[in-house]
Amino acid sequence: MGNNLDALTTVFTEFYYWVTVVFMFLIHVGFCMYEVGASRRRNHMHTLMKNTMVIPLVTITFYFFGWWIYWALPNGPGITGGLVDASANAANSPTMATHLGDRITGVFWAAFLLFSWTAASIVSGGAIERIRSSAFWIHAVLIGSVFWIIDASWGWHSGGWMVQLLGYHDAYASGVIHAIAGGYALGVLCVLGPRLGKFAADGTPRDIPPHNPWLVTIGIFLIYTGFWGFYAACNVPAISPEAIGGLITGETWTATNIYLSPTTLGAITFNFLMSLSGGMLAAYIISKGDSFWTYSGGLAGIIGASAGNDLYHPIQAMFIGAFVVVIVYKMHFWVERKFKIDDAVGAVAVHGYAGFLGVVIAGFMLWGQPSSPYADYAVITPWGQLAGAIIMFGVLGFLPAYLISKAMNSMGILRIPAKVEIEGLDHHSELAYQAAVADVIAAENAIAQKL
Amino acid sequence: MSTNGMTSWAVDLKDIGAIYPFQGTETALFVLGLIFWIGWHVWQAKIEKQEFADAERDFDAEHSGKSIKRY
Repeated sequence: MGNNLDALTTVFTEFYYWVTVVFMFLIHVGFCMYEVGASRRRNHMHTLMKNTMVIPLVTITFYFFGWWIYWALPNGPGITGGLVDASANAANSPTMATHLGDRITGVFWAAFLLFSWTAASIVSGGAIERIRSSAFWIHAVLIGSVFWIIDASWGWHSGGWMVQLLGYHDAYASGVIHAIAGGYALGVLCVLGPRLGKFAADGTPRDIPPHNPWLVTIGIFLIYTGFWGFYAACNVPAISPEAIGGLITGETWTATNIYLSPTTLGAITFNFLMSLSGGMLAAYIISKGDSFWTYSGGLAGIIGASAGNDLYHPIQAMFIGAFVVVIVYKMHFWVERKFKIDDAVGAVAVHGYAGFLGVVIAGFMLWGQPSSPYADYAVITPWGQLAGAIIMFGVLGFLPAYLISKAMNSMGILRIPAKVEIEGLDHHSELAYQAAVADVIAAENAIAQKL
Repeated sequence: MSTNGMTSWAVDLKDIGAIYPFQGTETALFVLGLIFWIGWHVWQAKIEKQEFADAERDFDAEHSGKSIKRY
């Protein structure tokens, strides 16, 4: 820390990211509530643990190699350059620890880590009640600590090759988190198959209602809350043109997006709330007031506008949110009927389709705008955004998930046995619980007889 | 003797970097961490496999009917 202003900026930035991490924890709480509410009683504890264990597994692997991937791969490698020396962000670096010379890496790493949990959690919801936890946790590590962070290095990094060559712009991660996680979920679901009884013999889908709609909706409410932290974490809170080192002139400090292009917290506050509202209003109408879809529509509205929410007008954000929700709602049921995909919580629609559309729409809305404050970067275009959306959803999301799931399925380690699915994943723990309760009651009755 | 090299805080903090104990063992810790992580997956998969085998063995259609009715 060179002087008092540097010191203040460093301490403020350290605290800023730390607070975003606390907020983003609520996303995971929300996802857990949502999934448990959507599952049936005989699967509750397994469903809860399946998502909860994302936290330690993705955390340690993101520490071991995920963070290094982000800093090592912005050039591809092999597209705009070679592998970048990221040894300072490797797990054996002294600055990846208690170090008085580096106060930012820990909180910045954690902000990215919470995105990793979200990516894995999105995949978790669609596969409830029939995926083996052991299989899901391998997928969780792959999406949370490998594939999403590769796409972040490519398209969510001030030097990423997608930003340089395609003008890719995705400020609040429509594609970088949501499209890739939705695409990944779809790849898993294609191989995993539907829950038993989901489709009638003639292929007609059955609605499997959530066991607790109240818990589901409150879960999404918590995800909304955590989303505030997510948005704030996507920004650099305060930086000078000198520190950016790009084309910006003068001495005006600013908040920036991840590409170090200027925006404001005020802008993203407007646009977060307006896109949320547009999504909820459209979802209420299209779903005829269904609570599950109205809440999910709020999320899809935000996700659909997130790629450009650093730059949109709030009313544009509202209409984009509303438009995207209508499309994804229709697509969810069309894909379910046509391809027999059982997306138990609408994860592919709310995250995957909305994220994909959000990236593409930003290409039209922000056409010709600079993607970066640095010279010689491509400008934002519809074709650059479309290519980016395909890379996120298809190349880094759907494709690896499909191939890995195929391999797991061929080894018989992807799906739980049919008898277990019918009996319920909590069968053994339920028997143990009932036995323990019976034992305690018998013991207390015996004591009562002696008193 | 101090496990992190610090025996007093009478120092200028700008001269201080890492303050965790046993500096120099980072790579060994990393390797042990990887073994712990992979080992966990292997161990958990074995437990789950046994759990499912037991559940299939004990399968009882009548009891399953009760489970299904709980919704």
